[in-house]
Parts: sequence; C-alpha cells; structure tokens
Amino acid sequence: MSHKFATLSLHAGQVPDSQYGARAQPIYLTTSFVFKDADQAASRFNMERGGHVYSRISNPTNAVLEERIAALEDGVGAIAVASGQAALHLAIVTLLDAGSHIVASRSLYGGSHNLLEYTLPRFGIHSTFVDPRDIDAWQAAIRPETRLIFGESLGNPGLDVLDIPRVADLAHAHGLPLLVDSTLTTPYLLRPFEWGADLVFHSATKFLGGHGTVIGGLLVDSGAFDWVASGKFPTLTAPYAGFHDMNFAEESSVAAFLLRARREGLRDFGACLSPMSAFQILQGLETLPLRMARHIENTRKVLTHLANQMGKTVETVTHPDLPYHPDHALAQKLLPRGSSSVFTFNLAGGRAAGRKFIEALRVFSHLANVGDAKSLVIHPASTTHFRMSDAALAAAGIHPGTIRLSIGLEDPDDLIEDIDRGLAAAAKV
Amino acid sequence: MEIPVAGQPAYLYTGGKTPSYADFAEQPLTVFIHGAQQDHTCWALQSRWFAHHGCVVAAPDLPGHGRSAGNPLASVEASADWIAALLDALGAARAFLVGHSMGALVALETALRHPARVERLALLGAALPMPVADMLLAAARDNEPKAIALVNAWSYSAAGQIGGNTVPGLCLLGMNRRLMERQKPGVFHADLSACNAYLRTLENLTAIACPTCVIAGDADRMTPLKANRALAAAIPGASLAVIPGSGHALMAERPDAVLDVLRDFAVQR
Repeated sequence: MSHKFATLSLHAGQVPDSQYGARAQPIYLTTSFVFKDADQAASRFNMERGGHVYSRISNPTNAVLEERIAALEDGVGAIAVASGQAALHLAIVTLLDAGSHIVASRSLYGGSHNLLEYTLPRFGIHSTFVDPRDIDAWQAAIRPETRLIFGESLGNPGLDVLDIPRVADLAHAHGLPLLVDSTLTTPYLLRPFEWGADLVFHSATKFLGGHGTVIGGLLVDSGAFDWVASGKFPTLTAPYAGFHDMNFAEESSVAAFLLRARREGLRDFGACLSPMSAFQILQGLETLPLRMARHIENTRKVLTHLANQMGKTVETVTHPDLPYHPDHALAQKLLPRGSSSVFTFNLAGGRAAGRKFIEALRVFSHLANVGDAKSLVIHPASTTHFRMSDAALAAAGIHPGTIRLSIGLEDPDDLIEDIDRGLAAAAKV
Repeated sequence: MEIPVAGQPAYLYTGGKTPSYADFAEQPLTVFIHGAQQDHTCWALQSRWFAHHGCVVAAPDLPGHGRSAGNPLASVEASADWIAALLDALGAARAFLVGHSMGALVALETALRHPARVERLALLGAALPMPVADMLLAAARDNEPKAIALVNAWSYSAAGQIGGNTVPGLCLLGMNRRLMERQKPGVFHADLSACNAYLRTLENLTAIACPTCVIAGDADRMTPLKANRALAAAIPGASLAVIPGSGHALMAERPDAVLDVLRDFAVQR
C-alpha cells in the first residue's frame, strides 16, 4: 500500500472533479448519465468502456465510497448497497443457487440469522449453524453442496472472536470462500483479508458512517479466491446468458465476483445505495481512525470501571480484551488495537435490575443500534428478546440482566458517572 | 479459449466472442500481449471493444502466466517466437500486435524476427533498453511480495495511487496487486530478467517496416516518456501518442484514451 490508513480514509477513491475541482466529494444525485455518442453508449453497456449508465448499477459518488472501503480493506473493489443486510444478500445470491448450502457461525447478528434460518430456505438455500470456536464443527458441517463459510469478526452476543486464519484454511481446503461480517471491528481494528478471508461486508450504518444518520452496506472482495480452481462457482466461471454469455472469470482474474454481483445482483435485485447516503458514509470514513481510537480508549476506561464492580451489582463483563474472556489470546493476535466498543455485562438483579439500570441513564441513549458517535444501551430481556423466558434467553446466551453497551465518543468521565447512576438504581431492586 | 501453442496448452481471451479458426484466418486479427507478472485481463476493456468492432481478438496469457501452462519463457526473443507460433496455431497469416511494457518488447521483437507476420504495431509503456534495477531483480527472486509492492507503487501516477478508476467500484492498486500475486512463483523474476537481458538497441530498429504507434503516459516512472519518445524516433515512420496524466499502467489508468488511440491507429488498416 502506497498510502497509509489515515490518508486512505480521507482520500482513497476521490480525485477532485475535473470541471470545478471540488475538494469535497460531490453528490451526483442523478438517476442516469448522458452518453457522448452511440458507440460510447453501446461500449458502456457491453463493458468495453468504464463509466456510469444508471445509478441503480453504479454512481460516481458511490464509486468513491466503494474504492475507499476497498483500499481500507486491501481488497480489489467493493459494491455499495442499501444496507448491511443487502450486502449479505448480494454476496449469497451471487455465489449460491437453490440446493446450495452455507456453514455459518451460530453467533450471528439477528438479522443475518433470520435471513439464513428462515428466509433463504424458501429459496432452496439452507444453512448449518456451528459453534464458531469449534473448528471440528465447522469441518463436520461442510457438505458437497456447501458453497460459503460465513462468520462475524466478533460474534453476538458473547463477542467470540472468529479465528479467521483457521476457518479460512478450512474453507480453502474445501475450495470454499470465507465471508466475514466485519461491522463491529471495521478495517481500523481488523483487516480480515490479511488473515485469509475472501469476502467482507459491513453494515456501514454503524462505525463507518459513524453518526447514526444513514443506512448502508458495503461488500468487499479480496480478489484472492480462485473461483476457477475451486470449480464450484459456475455463476463466475461459465457463460451467463443474462449478460451476453459473459464469463466473468475470463473478464477479470481477480474481480469476477464483483463484476457478476454488479451486473446481476444490483441490476436485478436493485438494493442500490442512495448517493446522498454514500456521501454521508464518506464523511464518516474520513474520521474513522480518529473515532475508532477514541471508541476504544473510552471503552477501556468503562471496562476497567465495570470490572471493578464485579461481585457487587455486576455479575460479569464480556469483552475479549479482558484476560478471562475465552478468546483473549486470539483477540490479542487479530485485534491488537482493541477488539470492540460494543460489549455486554450482566447485572446481578435480572430483568428488573436491567429495566432500572436503563431508566436511570441520562447520557446513554436507549435504542436498537450500535456504532454511533453517541453512547447507546439496550436491555435485550426487556426489548429485543422480551417474549422469551429466562430459559430461552439462556439458550441464546443472554442473561435476564444482560446489558449491551455501545461506547461512544463522549467524555469517559460522563459515561462512567452515567453508568454509576444506573448501577445505583439497579442495586435497589 | 484454450489451444495448443508450441506443444503446450495456452489460454486466449477472445473479447467475449467465440471466433472459429476460420475467423482467425480470415478476419483482421489483433493480438494483445501483456507485460511482466500480468495476464490477459490487463487488456479487458480494450480487447473487448476490438472484438465487438469488426476484429477478431486474441489476448493470450503468455506461457506460465494466468491460465497458460508451462514455464515463463526465458527471453524476449523466445516470447516473440511464441507469438509467431500462436499465429501459426490460429492459422493467421498476420496480426496487429499490441504490447505493453515487456509485452511491447515481445511485439517489437516479433516484428523484427517475423516481419511478414506483423501487420502493424502498437507499443505501450516501452523503452529500449529496458534495464531492471538490481534491487528489483533481487526482490523478484527472493521476496516477491516486496517486488510486487515496488512495481505497484511505480506503475501508477500520483492520482492513480489515490483512485478514480473508470470502472466503478474497482480499486486500481488493489486489482493490480492481486493480479500480480496470482502469478506462479518464479514468473516475476523470469519476466524481469528477460526484459533486463534484452540487448537490442535503438540503432537497429530501422528494419521495422510496418506502421507503428508508441503510446506513452506522461507520468510514467517505469518507462519514462523520454524513453518512449526515443523509441518512436528510432522506428521509421512511427507515431507517438502521449496520454496525459497516466503512469505506466496506461490501460487501467486511462483506458478510454488508450482505446481511442488504438482505434484510430487500427482504422488506418
């Protein structure tokens, strides 16, 4: 890499526009692009010349965002889509057909789990969920029809660290790509391609955008996976009748996946990102290194404080940076800058204590999101999982008193004071 | 498509068309020759355009590169003979040869060794001689990741280092890095050694009789504009097209400008 991370965060993908020299990335809020002549039009449609045709397929503002995340991840390119869910969907539908199978970590974001467990089976794509720490379970779940291995860099809710090198080696031994949801870690904390992952996606809604303003997703290709050698991916290595019989792996040895995903997935499923949203995410990316460093710095202070409360109102704190976390050593290897500003702790007083804790907070915002500049909190047992019994919660790895925090960029003293206010309220239950 | 050339399976990209052997023999053929540690995909846009505009196209992966079998050829002269063998295999009498960097040397040498087979020449990012720094040769032999990083950094203009690919969503440096990493061990050193050892000088290019166009980036740090200009001056009747703002990776950095020059040059057929 010629430029370093902070420089790429500000500049990658954006050359000042030739007409006005605008330093900030212009928002190209246009559905379509005028062709210079008939041959240019035909050439763009047939991938003989680069350029934009219609903003569902590509847009100049989105393209800057795509190049920027690709540079930050050290990939060959990316596709910006309407949400993180759209990015996961685009990855799957580009590679898999009815009858295909996914092996996935069981520690997934709920939305991803819903897609794999309930929705995709209606379309003939089935998934097996495994304990992400059990490499034998990953291996045992692979079938002849498996086409994708999928996990999160940090799992939900136990913040288990995906052992990307080991899982990638296993995937590659079976001619399969490893897809990683890297939303919680961002390329500032972890670059999955450096450890063997093949595809990465982000909910850009979270830390990449960083300000809680827009929904977006990014799907990035390392370009390292050899689809031809695998022999399991005819969508990339055989002629595609839907696009002039194009054989995408012949067009590009390293970007076949992205070519097909754009020419088919964006074209037909249509989950494109608004250029307005792409601009907002670019604004966020400019400060990603600064923000992530502060997120981690604040998190460490809050973690230290909460850990000191253990044995009192706090039962446990779950974070890979704590020495007793089962993945602490792996986190030190893969995530040396710190592993996450999203984590959980358990209150001793169960559901009632959780409610009291939440209601006492004044700085933390009670809502269902993570990765905002502002600190966020949620009590799963009284919100996202309120219908579940204590036994059902336990099966999902959630304690009745589990609180999830997303540590923001406020002054850490104010965050700690707020938490103490909540703990005092919880202690009265 | 895959065909045997000089006894080894060779892969050819044909621009998204499926030409027959009769097409290769009867229609105007354009052969695109890639540079060191590359494969046919460096020509994807330009070769695809030619294939859809009245030409039959062959963009081979040179032996040992990309999908082609065998070991990389040890000299530019051997690669030139291989291009002639490729034309034999296709049943094509003559072709318009388009070469980049090491591929430009191969095209040039083919025109000198097999003049009847070369209808016209386009030489992109070329210099004669094409010496390779000892440090880079050593890195290609002993530390390929370092050699790849060096060449990737030197191959793009300052703007190209930042981005702005005309193909939406693809990162110029990332694409080239992965493509170079994709080649088999030993290929890079063999290619750079072949460039370094190519001893033909500017003084003995007067035998080139076919129309020739040299295409140069004015921000090329690998084969500077000055060297491209000298090459054009040494070939009888050759023209020089300067692509503003482009580094050595012309086809990626300024694909439309390169295509426009190639198109206008080919129209003179």
